[in-house]
Amino acid sequence: MAQLTSALPASGLRARPGLLARIDLPRRVVFAAASSMILIVALLMVFITWQGIQLFIADHVPVGQILAPTWQPDATNGPTSFGILPFIAGTVFVTGVALLISTPLSVGLALFLSEVAPRWARAIVQPALEIFVGIPSVVWGWLGITILVPFLADTFHKKIAISLPVVGQVFSMPGFLTGFSWLAGSLVLSIMILPTITSVSYDAFRAVPQELRTGSLALGTTRWQTIRHLLIPSALSGVLTAVVLGMTRAAGEALAVQMVIGNSPSMPAAITQPVTTLTSQITLDMGNTVFGEPWQDALWTMSLVLLIISITSVVLVRALNKRRMGS
Amino acid sequence: MPATAIYSEPVLRRVEVTAPRVEVARPSAAEATATETGEIKIATEHVSISYGERVAVRDVSLNVQARSILALIGPSGSGKSTFLRCFNRMNDLIPGASVQGEVRLDGENVMDPDVSVVELRRRVGMVFQRPNPFPMSIYENVAYGPRRRGQNDKRKLDELVETSLKRAALWDEVKDDLRRKSGLALSGGQQQRLCIARVLATDPEVILMDEPASALDPVSTLRIEELMRELREAYTIVIVTHNMQQAARVSDVTAFFTMAEDRAGYLVEVGPTGRIFTRPNERLTEDYISGRFG
Repeated sequence: MAQLTSALPASGLRARPGLLARIDLPRRVVFAAASSMILIVALLMVFITWQGIQLFIADHVPVGQILAPTWQPDATNGPTSFGILPFIAGTVFVTGVALLISTPLSVGLALFLSEVAPRWARAIVQPALEIFVGIPSVVWGWLGITILVPFLADTFHKKIAISLPVVGQVFSMPGFLTGFSWLAGSLVLSIMILPTITSVSYDAFRAVPQELRTGSLALGTTRWQTIRHLLIPSALSGVLTAVVLGMTRAAGEALAVQMVIGNSPSMPAAITQPVTTLTSQITLDMGNTVFGEPWQDALWTMSLVLLIISITSVVLVRALNKRRMGS
Repeated sequence: MPATAIYSEPVLRRVEVTAPRVEVARPSAAEATATETGEIKIATEHVSISYGERVAVRDVSLNVQARSILALIGPSGSGKSTFLRCFNRMNDLIPGASVQGEVRLDGENVMDPDVSVVELRRRVGMVFQRPNPFPMSIYENVAYGPRRRGQNDKRKLDELVETSLKRAALWDEVKDDLRRKSGLALSGGQQQRLCIARVLATDPEVILMDEPASALDPVSTLRIEELMRELREAYTIVIVTHNMQQAARVSDVTAFFTMAEDRAGYLVEVGPTGRIFTRPNERLTEDYISGRFG
């Protein structure tokens, strides 16, 4: 090393770099891109927060009122009430049932792909899932209206559910009036989030080292025992991340849900009844409101709630990933 | 080339240090008991293993005495690991692998389609080249096998975990945080002893070790070797190793594998370790152990 450095001309190390090198253009471009990205997100959050609290500051609506069950934003119809609880509950319940349907299917599919499927099956299912993701939500909503909603109201309700012992009880009490319902929304969502949960949990299963599987099998365990007692616990934080990502996607989906859910701004009472969600109510109402009026401010408050939901889930995912790294 | 000379010096020195030990560890009486009188635990007959078109092991027949250590040595690609994996049918997991011939455990052909591989692998445990503890506590790592076999009695499991860890010479180092510490938090040598404890907990008769010390430092290697000598009292052990000093130090019988011109592995000779390392019958063996090739 000593020889190398002494071989350089004495000025070599001290030479003044050229202008371009001094500016270090690539570094600055990347830095600018990153900082503008941070700036945009920060401004967005500030703006939504500011708009979201106008309902309480400018319109003097008491904060507690948003937890009321009554949504009566139009002053021409009598005294207003900005209870957004039905929408929050709608989002939580519709998303919850969608997750209940989709999680076992998706995790099962991911396990099949990573542990059982022959290569050719994987070669078919993986592109199929990518196509799934690419289908626009309006198409899912339209399929929902055309196929799912009439099926629920006519075929499922009248011909199948009623004749089944327990299912019949549940579905015949309030009954599907039109098919536009909480269940329809959850079903459409569960299909839409299936690829997300599947591919993220598939990656989590693939990330479990092969030598752990061999180690378990060499101890005289069956393939199923290895999946159940080694693979699933090892990949658990990754699978939970997948579910949270699916949840975020479901809670944020507006169009397809709005098309099949019936949009009734009342507290969700039965899975067969029309309900509404935060996102679908915003898309529905935003055209009817004027900037600065309490009604629109209430929609901004709902946006703020959505923002809080998505921040919470990001924090959750990061915490889960940290646990995975740590273990 | 000069660089190689500098780096190879310590290795040569180590050979000199370990060579006399071979003599001490190998009294000729023990040799005789290990090879001529003991009951046969495993016998292979005309075992050939191929992956698709490629033959990896050709026509190997040998016997493993109960409560002895058989070392499989040979250059890379000579098929010794592949051969080892046919004892507990781990080759079943490799797509395209096929095994011909018979592998008999206590006289019963384990290649028989009626044989339960789950039961076979319980009786024939395996320790891998790279320590592969499960991402769970030390306790759960050891209890993993027994639990899968339906053992849920807490007292019995506690006892089993303790005896297994003691046998694997790990108990004293881990007894204070059995349940708190992850198996992954141990050092490499400790992880390998944990993997041995995990196998012992399933109460095997045979333990297969596929280069169990090749990823470990010299001190940990020595501990594993001492452990193998102790385990030999109760278990039949087959070990694959690249380290000839290791084979000389720990094994009772050594089998030398090499590759034929068509790259298929075959058995050159098998015999008491002391003889293989001092008076091999075959020229190939002599060349290999004296470092002339491989």
